[in-house]
Formats: sequence, structure tokens, C-alpha cells
Amino acid sequence: MNANAPIRNTQAESELIERYEAAKGSLAGSVAVSALRDAAIGQIRDKGLPHRRVEEYKYSDLRAFMNSAAPLAEKANLDAAKAAVAAADTFGDLDRFRIVIANGAFAGDLSDTEALAAEGVTVSSITAALDTEDATLLLASPKTGPNDGVVAMNTAFVQGGIILSVKAGVDVSKPVEIVHVATSAGGQVVRNTVKVGEGANIRLLETFVGESGTGEINAVFDYTVEDKANLAATRLITGKADAARLFTTIATLGAEAEFKSLGFVAGPKFVRNQQFVNFTGEHSEAKIYGVSMAGGSDLADQTLIVDHAVPHCNSREFFKTVLDGEARGVYQGRINVAPHAQKTDGEMMTQALLLSETAEMANKPELEIFADDVICAHGATSGQMDEDLLFYLRARGIPEAEAKTLLVLAFLSEAIEEYGEEDVTEGLEQRVREWLADH
Amino acid sequence: MLEIKNLHARIAEDETEILRGINLTVNAGEVHAIMGPNGSGKSTLSYILAGKDDYEVTEGEILFNGENMLDMEPDERAAAGMFLAFQYPIEIPGVATMEFLKTAMNAQRKARGEDTLSIPDFMKRVKEAAAHLNVSMDMLKRPLNVGFSGGEKKRAEILQMSLLEPKLCVLDETDSGLDIDALRIVSEGVNKLRGPDRAMVVITHYQRLLDHIVPDVVHVLSKGQIVKTGDKDLALELEKNGYADIINAAA
Repeated sequence: MNANAPIRNTQAESELIERYEAAKGSLAGSVAVSALRDAAIGQIRDKGLPHRRVEEYKYSDLRAFMNSAAPLAEKANLDAAKAAVAAADTFGDLDRFRIVIANGAFAGDLSDTEALAAEGVTVSSITAALDTEDATLLLASPKTGPNDGVVAMNTAFVQGGIILSVKAGVDVSKPVEIVHVATSAGGQVVRNTVKVGEGANIRLLETFVGESGTGEINAVFDYTVEDKANLAATRLITGKADAARLFTTIATLGAEAEFKSLGFVAGPKFVRNQQFVNFTGEHSEAKIYGVSMAGGSDLADQTLIVDHAVPHCNSREFFKTVLDGEARGVYQGRINVAPHAQKTDGEMMTQALLLSETAEMANKPELEIFADDVICAHGATSGQMDEDLLFYLRARGIPEAEAKTLLVLAFLSEAIEEYGEEDVTEGLEQRVREWLADH
Repeated sequence: MLEIKNLHARIAEDETEILRGINLTVNAGEVHAIMGPNGSGKSTLSYILAGKDDYEVTEGEILFNGENMLDMEPDERAAAGMFLAFQYPIEIPGVATMEFLKTAMNAQRKARGEDTLSIPDFMKRVKEAAAHLNVSMDMLKRPLNVGFSGGEKKRAEILQMSLLEPKLCVLDETDSGLDIDALRIVSEGVNKLRGPDRAMVVITHYQRLLDHIVPDVVHVLSKGQIVKTGDKDLALELEKNGYADIINAAA
């Protein structure tokens, strides 16, 4: 058997190919962009969806999970989008700007575009930009994941998204929520490009609301954090969903830049939250946090590659997973240190709390170090709830369910608190409580 | 208040028999001391009273205000007024002490059908109790027992006890790990809680604690049985002569 021969496509793959043929005419893009899209669907046709024999997807077999692929979502009804955004309680009363992406397309009328412009933040639709000649840059693949299947799915089908740019030196006064709302069923494929100018500072909240039915959500966030700039991104992946939820972060950091992110996963059946972080300037710092909760037969996958290509950068990765039922948690974290990237300081920790005997955690921390003057550490733990702690709380009159909630919160809060974005802490902890009340 | 009748118990995991027929009645208003050498079953008795499921009762019963205590979950026992001051208070990272106190107090109130405490009322109670026990606000801001010294942990236990206002207080070697000053503070805290409606069982190795918390009755526990009962002078006698005489006499 020839390993390079095209595979026999699954139903979902065939449907994706049909979907592409049907949508091709209406998908935005210059000649070069269309060529990229063709190549991406070609990859899916020839290699299939990412599956367990692809190392990066060994524990998260998307090919086996996806039984079918719904057509792409139609253009959103903006009234419905507005109502859905208003009804969704993503971060409570938190004072914030809002940018709405409805059924995969930027909804300028529902977004605080003018208020943001006054702050020095421009927001525009990526769709028009895709028609220009140099638009292929907007669909660049991650450097450390050039053939990633989830990114290829995104490239093939990108419906829209935003280009957000923070002017140099601007300290955006309030968090900016990019809320993705599904107003009808169907695949929702988004690409958001964020550029934080030199010395600027912005906090993003990335949320996903509404029902996409059997349609997958595939969103790529491409961040460029320029010199001395600062970006914190909180991604909230919650709510019940039967179709795949696929998220990719590509972060490119300049010199003396700071990038912080927290991916919060609780609810969907299949979540892949992958991050590709690249240091391109010295004395920068990346802090990547993950909080995942999965029950039933759900899968929560947090994967990241942090690439120290230059010296004097720090990275910290801290991931927490709580699993119940027959759920599976996946953590794959790799720190690359290039030969000349001396004085790199990398520290990676992944911890899982298993609430049932049948839950399963795959922890895969990796260090790939080619420099000789670095500090790198990694650790992984999996354990069950400490009976002594539970007993102590119960002996003080706290009923078992409440005591468990306290302990799970305490376990997850370590990461939430270290992330340190205090105005989202309460909202996240509330999500933990809701998830626990449901499981 | 507490009636223990012919209590036999063993470690659930390996079936090692620890308690071999304990009989003990503690009335409201009384303070009982239980003394005994290592391995006599003192801590096991305290854990069984609190409801730890590492132990299995094979015979006998425990009545708490007439109710079968063995049928109650640990949190139900606590709400009914049982409090165990742990020999080794557990550190719980990530759970702030204040949050824990509020949760525990309100959980018990809820179980008893009482209103939850308002924040100001709660704060007032905590501040008052903390002042008596020399517990700083800084300690209360930390995660429960995390980084507390041995003395601080014991003071925090007594703080919990004062706030939860239990009917039955079981103190498991509360004196262990305490210096003389801490012993005095803790004892004063305990003595403040003595009252006609409350009973106490004080488990200790040493007579020293009983100089501060003077018991009405002293029991000697050996090999899972109470082998001698007397008044506070029994503790002095033990301190002077050791356990050997009494245990041998009983055997």
C-alpha cells in the first residue's frame, strides 16, 4: 500500500468537498486566495480530516468524530443576532466594547466600531480584504503547524471575520468582546486578525453563543503583538454543542511584548483549542493558561507549541483539566528552544482532576531544547479528589456536592487566578459552578 | 447528649479491630477527658464520631441527642451540632479561609432551616472570635490552613468551633504542637465555650492540657476499651505513674 495514495474519504470529508464546490463561487477571495482555498480542500480530500495517525491528533481523532458536515451557515438575520447576543450572559455586567460576528461574518452594525475608533482601534471585515492581491498573508498557516488540518479546514471555508488593529501606544480602556453568534444551523468558519501596535495594550474576550446545529465552528485568531505591546485574550468555549468546536491561535510576539491567554472549555462534545506561539523579538513573555471541564463522552483538547526562536524570552504554560463520566482530556504542550535562543525560561505544568473511574487524561508535555543555557521545566499530574479534604469540609457541615464544588473551584482557580485578569475571574468561576451543577 | 454503647469498630480497608466495646455517656454541660497511650483508639473514636468512612462500626451504637448518629452523613452530624477539632487540620489550597467559614456557617444554618447570615453580621462574628484567639485578618485572607504554623492551625480550629457554636465539641489532641502561650490562648478559647448546653470530649496524651481545661470526668482508653474512669485527679495520677499500672490492673 502506498502511504501517499489518496485516502478513501469519509462521509464528512465528502460532504466538505461538496460543500466547497457549492460555496466556492460565493466565498470571498482574490485569485491567490482561491488557490489557497483549493489547496486546503485538496489536503482534506487527499489526507482526510486530522486523525489519530497524525501525531498532533493522536488523542483527538476529528476524522472519527465528524460523522457528517453540514453546509455553511447562511447569512445571519441581524435582528436574531442582536437578540441572541443580548440574551447571552457571557461576562455578566462587565463593562466592555463589543464586536459581533454573526454566522461567520462581521456584523458592523451590531458592533461598537465607532467607540473603538475613538480609542484608536480600527475594526473592519476581513471579507473585502480577502479580495486583494496580498490577502494570502491573512490566511497564513502557523509556522510550527504548516500542515495543520484544522487550519486547512478554516482556510478552505473562511466566511469572514475581522481585522482589528490597535494603534501604537493606545491603552484600550475596556475589554473588547468578540462575540461569535450563530443565528441558524450550519458551519461557521471565521478568521480574525488582530494587530496590537507598538506599546499598545488590549484585552480581548472571545465568546461563542447561539446554536450551530450540526455545523462545526472553526475559528482562527491570528495575533501580532508588536514591540512592547500587550495582549490578553480570554476565550470562552462553553455551552452544549454536538458538532466540533475548533479553535486555533497564532501569536507572533515582537520584542519586550507580553501575551497572555486563557482558554476556558466547558460543555461541547468535541473541542480542540490549539495555540501556536512564536517569539520573534527578545525579552518577551507568553503566559498561556487553560481550564477545561469535560463530562459524559466529551473531549477537551488543549494543544500548544511555543516556539522560542530568539533568546531571552519567558514562557509559562499552566493547564488544568477536570473530567467526569467517560470524558477525555488532552493536553499537548511543546516548548521549542532554537540553538541560539539562550536564556530562555520556560515552565509548563498540566494537572488533571478525575472525578470518575472511567474518565481519561492524556498529558503530553514536551521540551525540545537545542540551546544550552536555558531554564525549562515541565510537569504533569493526574489525580482524583482528595478524600481527606472532602471529609474535612463535610465535617464542617458542608454537604458533599457543595464541598466538591469548592474543591474543584479551588483546583481550577489556581490557573484562573494566576492568569490574573480579575474582571473575568468571577464570570469564569460562575461557569465552573454551572458546569458542576450539570454534572 | 452523647451515648456510646458497646462500640466496636475496625479499619474498613484491612479490618484491623481498633475499638472493642466502648461505653461512654456525656451529658450537656460536662467536659470529659479521654487519655490513653498511642494506639489505644483515641483518634479513631473521634473520627468515627465525625463520620469518617475509613472506619466500619461492627457492633454497638452512638446516640447523639437521642438520634442514631451512625445513620447521619458527616455534614448532617455537623449541622446537628457535632464538631471535631482535628489533630492535624488539613490544608486546602485555593479555598480562602473566609469563604470557607461563610460556606460552613451558612450550610449548617440552611440545614437547620435558619436564615443565612448577612455579610456584616458574618464579618462581625468572625472579627470578634478572631480577636479572642489572636487570629489576624491576614491569616483569614489566606487559603485555609495553608502555610499556617502548628499553633495557627489549632487556633483556626478553635475559631471555627466558636463560630459554628456546636453542641458537642470533640478535641483531638488539640494541645499537640502548641507552645505554652498558644496552649493558653487555645484553652481560653475552649473554656469560653463551656456552658450548660454544651458538652466536650477532650482527647489528649498529656495532663498538661487538663490544667487549663479542667475536666469533670477522666477516662483511660486502652486497646479500644475504657479501662478506668475517674475525676480530674485521675489525670494527675497518670501523669505521675504512667499508664502501665492502670492498664495492667485492668488486664
